[in-house]
Amino acid sequence: MALFLIAQIAGRPVAIESSQVESVVDIGTVIPVPRAERQVRGLAALRSRVVTVIDTRAALGLDAAEVDAGRAIITIVEGHYYAILVDALDDVAPFELAPLSAGILLDKGWLKVGRGIVEREGEPILAIALDGLIPGALALAA
Amino acid sequence: MDDLLQEFIAETRETLEALSGEIVAWESAPDDRDRLDAIFRFVHTVKGSCGFLDLPRLARLSHAAEDVLAAVRSGERTPDTRLVNAVLAIVDRIGEIVEAIDAGHALDDSGEDLLIAALDTGAEMAVPQSAVTPRSPSRSVRLNVDLLDRMMSGMSDMVLARNELARRVRDGGANPVVEAALERLSLTVAEMRDTVTRTRMQKIDALFSALPRMVRDTATELGKSVALHIEGSDVELDREMIEMMRDPLVHIVRNSIDHGIEAPALRRALGKRENGWLNVAARQSGNQIVIEIADDGQGVDTDRLVAKVASAGLRSDAQLRAMSEQAKLDLIFEPGLSTKDMATAISGRGVGMDVVRANVEQIGGRIELRNTPGRGLRIAIHVPLTLSIMSTIGVGVRDQRFAISRQVIEEIVRVGGDMIRIDRIGDTLSATVRDRRMPLIDLGDLLGFGPRPPLMLVIVSASGGSYALAVDSVLDHEELVIKPAAPAIMATGVYAGQTLPDSGLPMLMLDCAGIAHVAGLVFGREAMVEEVEAEAVVPGVQALLFDDLDGVRRALPLSVIDRVEPVPAAAIRFSAGRLRLSVEGAIIPLVALGEWAARPTVSVVRLRDGSAEIGYAIGEALDIVELPETVVPAHNAGPIAGVVAIDGDQIEVIDLHWLFASHADAGTVSDAPLCLFDGPETAWMTTFLKPVLEGAGYRVATALRPGETPRVVVRMSDDPTGSAATVPVVRLRRDADGDDDSIFRYDRPALLAAVARSTGGR
Repeated sequence: MALFLIAQIAGRPVAIESSQVESVVDIGTVIPVPRAERQVRGLAALRSRVVTVIDTRAALGLDAAEVDAGRAIITIVEGHYYAILVDALDDVAPFELAPLSAGILLDKGWLKVGRGIVEREGEPILAIALDGLIPGALALAA
Repeated sequence: MDDLLQEFIAETRETLEALSGEIVAWESAPDDRDRLDAIFRFVHTVKGSCGFLDLPRLARLSHAAEDVLAAVRSGERTPDTRLVNAVLAIVDRIGEIVEAIDAGHALDDSGEDLLIAALDTGAEMAVPQSAVTPRSPSRSVRLNVDLLDRMMSGMSDMVLARNELARRVRDGGANPVVEAALERLSLTVAEMRDTVTRTRMQKIDALFSALPRMVRDTATELGKSVALHIEGSDVELDREMIEMMRDPLVHIVRNSIDHGIEAPALRRALGKRENGWLNVAARQSGNQIVIEIADDGQGVDTDRLVAKVASAGLRSDAQLRAMSEQAKLDLIFEPGLSTKDMATAISGRGVGMDVVRANVEQIGGRIELRNTPGRGLRIAIHVPLTLSIMSTIGVGVRDQRFAISRQVIEEIVRVGGDMIRIDRIGDTLSATVRDRRMPLIDLGDLLGFGPRPPLMLVIVSASGGSYALAVDSVLDHEELVIKPAAPAIMATGVYAGQTLPDSGLPMLMLDCAGIAHVAGLVFGREAMVEEVEAEAVVPGVQALLFDDLDGVRRALPLSVIDRVEPVPAAAIRFSAGRLRLSVEGAIIPLVALGEWAARPTVSVVRLRDGSAEIGYAIGEALDIVELPETVVPAHNAGPIAGVVAIDGDQIEVIDLHWLFASHADAGTVSDAPLCLFDGPETAWMTTFLKPVLEGAGYRVATALRPGETPRVVVRMSDDPTGSAATVPVVRLRRDADGDDDSIFRYDRPALLAAVARSTGGR
């Protein structure tokens, strides 16, 4: 049983394993980064640190939200700090990670972040890996 | 040097501590390759450091151990217990000597020959004799970098908190007492920040300062002569990086001198200058520091390298054949490989290059080789800027701010006025700033804000050329801590890093070279090459090339030429012992190295050295040329200083010094010492003495103008007046014989000497 953070992204609940989570913060002013990919919303200051803010909807290939998300999960990938924007945070609880049921095919960006399923009171929730949302990180590792 | 020694001691001590585990592990498993490599690296590093710190005993021990370990690495020897013991005894001994150096003790060196002998095959087991040496307390501490990082970020937090506090205090109405306290806090915080920053940053000079001595010693040892040039000593680098760069740099420089630069005799035979040339330069390029070590030696013989690799069985023939030239060159980094057959104390067997690469890669850097067989090797070490404080200028585009490194900014100009034109050439923007035309990049447009007429131009230099960057506003100057941005941001190619200025809002730093690249500016390879060449060539002396009167082609440095003009031959006379030219009511000495009388007019070059003027008659002026650096000196002193080769022609260069020394009039220059003739005999003096004194470079007067003071007064000895006591007086007598301090008036040498003495020796 690992600890999972249940968050809302694009109106859907997702589970994020707590080992990927550095902290959960409210993001203030975001300075845009011209010419960067769409999923890079910009830069924000987190105390003395500059974090790269990831527009999760854009990273998943979804349409932009009507209201900007203000909460974010901070994760560290290859030494860089990223703020992953989420709509809301629901819960932190231990869950058992199960593989995706056979035959379920994820679409769009979900495919590259989906890692399995956790079950909350009978409701299956997609468990995601945050580094799949980070542009350039995987390419760099390859 | 003391600093270096301290660092060496601290480093060796630390490595030894870390190594002690490895040593024990190696003892139990002598076949373990990783342990072997770790110990090998240690002795190799010690050997390298000893060389330039002048520690012969340590050098000898480490060299011996390295030899044996190299043999083990290459499989020539098997590590048995005896060998392991012998190596460990040496490692222990190194530790003892280091402690002794630090404490300033003398340590008996009697056992060392035994220790070294024990390394030989079949030698008796050596009994390591360990002496207990007390450690001396050290005034420096070595800190974990993580700790420094935490200190840095804590510092930044403090600055931000201070800023917020200041804002609150301002908003809540000013209380002078609170403001004063805040002011003090600000000062302390600023000072602290400076100090904390300094704990990490260091000028690369700390790395370069040991080079001159090392190069000299290494070159001397090898019987070579090497001229070292160092550039960019003031580039600042993370201390951690500097430490990590020390060994690689030492190795590369030694390799360059040992393997690269040829012996003087060979160089002469190859038509190179006897002195080898070694250039070590550091510069910042985008988000990297580049340290470049270039020599003009023989470069790397890749064929030999490949043969060596093949014979060592490191790669298969097929593999080697399929390699590109660059890949072959990179074989130099193979572990346990050497291109030089003889091992020397200087650089071993070319080992080190694998260690070098390992060290550089450990800090996220990379090494690039550019080999020109027969002409030299250029090694560039690229080190990432993990952390650096940079002097930046803030620029505004629409409502966003960006930072530009001050280093790349040539100038900043406001659009408007006659000096600046902005045109469209085809669809490309170009700016003309004071007759200098350059490409223009609209930063706003490039960053996707849409085009707008430029308001300010920042002229920046990118590799190979300059361009103008149009921005909306230029804000302020700030010292910023630049950190690398996330890969997705760096991938845009236009940013060098990110920073958090005092405003508390993140800011991106622009990479001006990257912007030029993204905008598709091409300055051309040729332009770059030219620039590199231009760096190497010292601006030469411009000279006038002409055909002389005797038909010989000669050159005269341009800087002394006042003008060239035709004069009628009648203006030239041989008078008063030399050729003279009358021009503009004056008479100047003329030099002619050929026949001029037959010509109706003669071209005369008028030369000036600042005060004196000489005419030089020539046949015909031809061209302005640049004199090459090397002048083959003339056989005898005379009007010709030497010969240079210009376009394959032998051109004589006029010896200006000789010319002015032997031809210029000592002259009646206004600052010449004034000599006053006094008394009733001035008429005789004016007639007889004046030319003599003027010829010797004095100014002569019989009466003083207002404000003038003579430096010497000349009087007859029987003249009773003795007015000006403050001015030295030279007295003349009419008779050849006399016993007083006066001088016979026709004794020319004595007279001149006396005047010279009185005026303070001219």
